[in-house]
Amino acid sequence: MRHIISVLIENESGALARVAGLFAARGYNIESLTVAPTEDPTLSRMTLVTYGDERIIEQIIKQLNKLIDVVKLLDLSEGPHIERELMMVKVKAEKGMREELKRLADIFRANIIDVTATSYTIELTGHGHKLDAFLQAVPEETLIEVVRSGPLGISRGAKGLGL
Amino acid sequence: MELSGAEIVVQALIDEGVEYIWGYPGGAVLHIYDALFQQKKIRHILVRHEQAATHAADGYARATGKPGVALVTSGPGATNAVTGIATAYMDSIPMVVLTGQVPTPFIGSDAFQEVDITGITRPCVKHNFLIKRVEDIAETIAKAFYIATTGRPGPVLIDIPKDVTDPNVRIPYEYPRKISMRSYKPVEKGHPKQIRKAVDLMVKAQRPVIYTGGGVILGDASEELRKLVEVTGFPVTHTLMGLGAVPASDKRFLGMLGMHGTYEANMAMHESDLIIAIGARFDDRVTGKLASFCPHAQVIHVDVDPASISKNVKVDVPIVGQVKPVLRDMVKVLKERKTKPDAAALKAWWQRIEGWRAVECLKYPPSDKVIKPQFAIETLYKVTRRRDFYLTSDVGQHQMFAAQFYPFEKPRRWINSGGLGTMGFGLPAAMGVQQAFPKATVACVTGEASIQMCIQELATCSQYKLPLKIILLNNGYMGMVRQWQELFYEGRYSHSYVDALPDFAALAETYGHVGMTIEDPGDLEAAYKEAFGMKDRLVFMNVLVDPEENVYPMIEAGKGHHEMHMSPYLTAERELA
Repeated sequence: MRHIISVLIENESGALARVAGLFAARGYNIESLTVAPTEDPTLSRMTLVTYGDERIIEQIIKQLNKLIDVVKLLDLSEGPHIERELMMVKVKAEKGMREELKRLADIFRANIIDVTATSYTIELTGHGHKLDAFLQAVPEETLIEVVRSGPLGISRGAKGLGL
Repeated sequence: MELSGAEIVVQALIDEGVEYIWGYPGGAVLHIYDALFQQKKIRHILVRHEQAATHAADGYARATGKPGVALVTSGPGATNAVTGIATAYMDSIPMVVLTGQVPTPFIGSDAFQEVDITGITRPCVKHNFLIKRVEDIAETIAKAFYIATTGRPGPVLIDIPKDVTDPNVRIPYEYPRKISMRSYKPVEKGHPKQIRKAVDLMVKAQRPVIYTGGGVILGDASEELRKLVEVTGFPVTHTLMGLGAVPASDKRFLGMLGMHGTYEANMAMHESDLIIAIGARFDDRVTGKLASFCPHAQVIHVDVDPASISKNVKVDVPIVGQVKPVLRDMVKVLKERKTKPDAAALKAWWQRIEGWRAVECLKYPPSDKVIKPQFAIETLYKVTRRRDFYLTSDVGQHQMFAAQFYPFEKPRRWINSGGLGTMGFGLPAAMGVQQAFPKATVACVTGEASIQMCIQELATCSQYKLPLKIILLNNGYMGMVRQWQELFYEGRYSHSYVDALPDFAALAETYGHVGMTIEDPGDLEAAYKEAFGMKDRLVFMNVLVDPEENVYPMIEAGKGHHEMHMSPYLTAERELA
């Protein structure tokens, strides 16, 4: 089962290495990991996506909680939540393709954020599935570069993950 | 009070109540060593190798319950300490290790004697710190001791760059009285509802077994455990790390369980319908094959570390909390209950257990020609039983023989590396114990392979006049390796023969100690008596034992508790009968 876990962690050097090291040392899967400081600069928020059966996920959560730097943790998959991922795609946009790529971007509600005579850079936000679908739709021979942030997640409703 | 960084390090340790530091100086810690030189409250013990500094601090911690402290320099000093840190980590021993580091502007430049020791130790410490400012020293040290000693204890490393301890930079000093961390809140009491649920199962159980580990020792909960055993009348078994929690002479003690545990302990586990696991972590050396572990049992698990629960074995009633208050509450709830444990069922259960006990699984062939290692331990017990006695060990056959044949009556008296299985642990650990209890009798049982991994510490013992008694069960082999090669590799003894052994007695003497060589079983008791009679001397007893004796009973790795191998001697004897 795929799980998306949010972690509030002390914004200290080595904190990220502790999390990454834990996954490596215990052989857990890690699909993506995003991290940035929060509105409180002493805290970072990490969103990680992992796979495993119930027992493994339980261990992952316990082992993460055991790290001294981890302040709070939430398995978003346990309740209703929203996931968003940012992707930027650089495509060859030469005569004949420019119109079609622009139309495709509009259909996916994507923005073209950089333009040259021969290329577009397209920005797209959404659930990972939507990003996958966009990549499927873009003609393969036009792809120059793809960069994805990995998902961010937040729970639905009024309650927030805070101190 | 204005102090330099180096003075703050030392003063903070004093304020933390530290009595001893085991260490080894070097460039990056020279400022700290200079500050140590100018005070009288902390005693520094100079070891001969940094691995021994961490083992000695560890031994001190295991025997006293107080955190052990080691101080080493950067680079090789720090890497040499790693084995001792990992040893303490695996057995959850409270320890604070201070390492020197190159000055902050040099970090990352591959400077002389630079290693990323916080990176290297991250997977084998409870936590570690790199101090970057002199203002952070006092608080970091206070946090380190707090983290090391609370919750599930463990080693904490503090890396201190040399410029941070600069004697010319002085700042006001105050030691934090109380530490509170938003990210670290160890639990204390167990949840009352869970404890009631556990008691529900206990009063209904037909074939219960209490299985306890190092957590009972570390949590100083032996008294509470004894009460639980008293109130319930349940059989109790200990892991290697848990020995001494209940007196070995108690009728309800089944002996150690696991790979080299007793037949009665392992069979009781296998047939049980309720396992009450307390401060134990279902290690593979205890459970054997997980798929056939306790197939009929429900499991109650008391542990301070939630991550230990349901890690290897699915638990029915988890209780997260410190063992001591949980057991106290458990006994209280049990006493208040109208329904008591099922006496008739328990009686029938004990009858079955006595049947297994009657097998006398530890019996070994007696000999008047060669010293059997089991006999060496039994005789050791005979000679030391009335003493205030601590026994450390190294790792291998001698460790198992000691665990099987020395009946420990009290907690913290049996000191060995269980989780990591570190050869070389025994001698330096004994130094730490002897330092803590100068009047006690401290012995180290070891093998000719293990002892050579830290034998340089005989010099430290000489310098600090530590009257240890070293019992070297010398069989000329790495015994446990040889045993596995005999049983599982058709007797191909690949590199397990320890050739070119020194004359250990003579070697001990060159370090200023008393050396003895004993090879006749008839001489052993008298030799021990003579050795233990030498109150102020370290006596190194090279005891030549049967070279190919094996440790039995044994469960092969990957087999279940009910698939024990008994010694061929026992099997033959039974066939004759």
